[in-house]
Amino acid sequence: MSTLNGTQARVFPVWQNRVRMRVLTKGSGPALVFFHGPWGLHWDPFLDTLSQHFTVHAPEHPGTTPGAPDDIYHLDNLWDLILCYDELLDQLGLEGAAFVGHSFGAMVACEVAAAYPRRAGRLALIDPIGLWRDDAPVVNWMMLNPQELPGHIFRDPASAGAKQLFVETEDEEARVTAQVGLTWAMGSTGKFIWPIPDKGLKKRIHRVKAPTLLIWGAEDRLVPPVYAEEFTRHIAGARVETVKETGHAPHLEQPAAVASLVRDFLRTAPAR
Amino acid sequence: MKISAFHLMPHRELPADFEKRYPSVWVTPPWWELADPARVGQYYNWTLDELLFAARAGFDGVCTNEHHQNAYGFMPSPNIMGAVLAKATNDLPVAVVQMGSTLPTQNPPIRVAEEYAMLDCISGGRLVAGLPLGSPMDVNLCYGITPMEHRERYREAFALTMKAWQAREIFAWNGRYYQLANVNLWPRPIQQPHPPVWVPGSGSISTFDFAVDNEVCYCFLSYSGAKSAKGMMNGYWDVVTKKGRDANPYRAGFLQLVAVADTDARAEELYARHVEYFYHKCLHVPAVWFAPPGNQDYRSLQATARNPMRRPENPKELRYRDFVEKGYVIAGSPATVRQRLEEEVVKGLRVGNLMVLLQIGSMPHELTLQNMDLFAREVLPSLRGFWEQEGWTNHWWPERLRKRASASTSLSGEAVLNPSREEALIPSPPVGERAAVRAEALASSDEARAE
Repeated sequence: MSTLNGTQARVFPVWQNRVRMRVLTKGSGPALVFFHGPWGLHWDPFLDTLSQHFTVHAPEHPGTTPGAPDDIYHLDNLWDLILCYDELLDQLGLEGAAFVGHSFGAMVACEVAAAYPRRAGRLALIDPIGLWRDDAPVVNWMMLNPQELPGHIFRDPASAGAKQLFVETEDEEARVTAQVGLTWAMGSTGKFIWPIPDKGLKKRIHRVKAPTLLIWGAEDRLVPPVYAEEFTRHIAGARVETVKETGHAPHLEQPAAVASLVRDFLRTAPAR
Repeated sequence: MKISAFHLMPHRELPADFEKRYPSVWVTPPWWELADPARVGQYYNWTLDELLFAARAGFDGVCTNEHHQNAYGFMPSPNIMGAVLAKATNDLPVAVVQMGSTLPTQNPPIRVAEEYAMLDCISGGRLVAGLPLGSPMDVNLCYGITPMEHRERYREAFALTMKAWQAREIFAWNGRYYQLANVNLWPRPIQQPHPPVWVPGSGSISTFDFAVDNEVCYCFLSYSGAKSAKGMMNGYWDVVTKKGRDANPYRAGFLQLVAVADTDARAEELYARHVEYFYHKCLHVPAVWFAPPGNQDYRSLQATARNPMRRPENPKELRYRDFVEKGYVIAGSPATVRQRLEEEVVKGLRVGNLMVLLQIGSMPHELTLQNMDLFAREVLPSLRGFWEQEGWTNHWWPERLRKRASASTSLSGEAVLNPSREEALIPSPPVGERAAVRAEALASSDEARAE
């Protein structure tokens, strides 16, 4: 166990000890698991705010933990990944925790909630992927030039939120670390969604029993907000909150607003 | 030396403002705006005729390759082209170099082993089996293979291919990506234990190891010439030495763009616009598509991030004279081309299997034949004997073609219809006097077809 940015960092071996999953934990109160997006885990103001009300556990997707990039090669497909998360939640002793996920991580949260309906007490999905509409294709961010990426993820690529993902630094070593980390995180998450992020969630999503909130950036340029309709169509009782003046990462562009949406939902939504 | 004519089969008539109007030559170029099937049929026939011309003019091999959804070079199935070439060259001592069919885009990948075995049988054992990884544009972007799985799939398919060619018993393959309960290849190749294997690479250290461990010919398919390839090829030879292998120059292949004319000045007049077309339009691809996230392993990714200057120049800012000066293209009089090829490529990189790209970008059919003809008459003969003098054997060349005499080339100029098996296995007698090949003679058949 060690500390990282004020969090407690623990590593849990899963998958016959072939995959090491690091989890950052902070706060007190009911358990909340945060599934990060395709650009890696950053302990950001959104998570920090949530940790004032919840015990936030933020696992790093396999392959994205520093020092363990090749762990990702031990997973062949989404089924392997979901089983890893099940093993991890067992080790964390979590049953019925709140799941919060962003983008790719929201898809994983939804998949785990569909595979193991009792694992998820409540589900908050921020601009999730996982479904597909021919009339509104999800943009493949892995095909974008790095310079184009901030403008696609964020409404305002110059915002403080954007700086969380796209570190600007004069330090050569820090620049390399950030660039490699970002690319490898996209590769390691992309392994489960290439070339189209529809891997059968539509066949399983009806199994989700947790009360569900969808949060969507009104100006999401990667995953058009019409996908909110797809999710609400498939998950009984799900409702949608659209966050104005944000793109694909509303929790980074407006951390306080999105954190209070999540908090209110987790506190008030009736358990099923 | 073995010297082969390489061909990409590009779109030869892209609009002048192509690279400004469209985001990429690969993956996304709109067919309906840019191409016409009948005209493209002409390109394919020109390509085949150019390679057959090269075969008759005395090249040691003819090369095809696989790419998808692009205007840069669109032979989605190199083996269709290879089949035509194999059949039509049965009277010639020329290798059919498939450079080649990409394993990760075939499912199951034994399809490549099967088709290569067919080509080896049709050609009477003249196949060189190129087994490329395939470009990320083709494999990841067009054919949907996950970038992170690209290399793993390739390596598994490679092992399966080698076993499928050689196994005496029917076997089951229970792989990570491929499962086949009954592998029993029909046909098997003539060449035993298997056709010579070439693996193209682009300088990654893991591919050097792979090439040496598997005893294949490592080929660097470069568009930026020998000068910039020097460090990379040195790295390869270091691995060869470290692993205790001999320095046989035939362990290495290299692709070089070449344009020959009577004089250096004439070469510029004839070829400048086609060279610029190639670098400005045919290579117009967003940089990230060459390495989508996950395609490079973590260590290579770190190396690239630390040293982002691997491609310091933007070819779009270079002109013909820059390309020639930097060696991207070796162009000029026969004397210039001979000297530069020998110094920079053959000796400089220690290359035994040279591939030359003589149809460049928009280069029209007639000019391509002229370029091939001049190269075959004025350049090729002086290079051919280069490594043989040192006594090296080209284990990476079809055995029955290794001993080709330096000076002799077959130039019957006539297609042999349905050669019998016996005839096919006997190389044609050398033609004593080498008359200049009349390009028109071959071109006429195409004009007739075009009408």
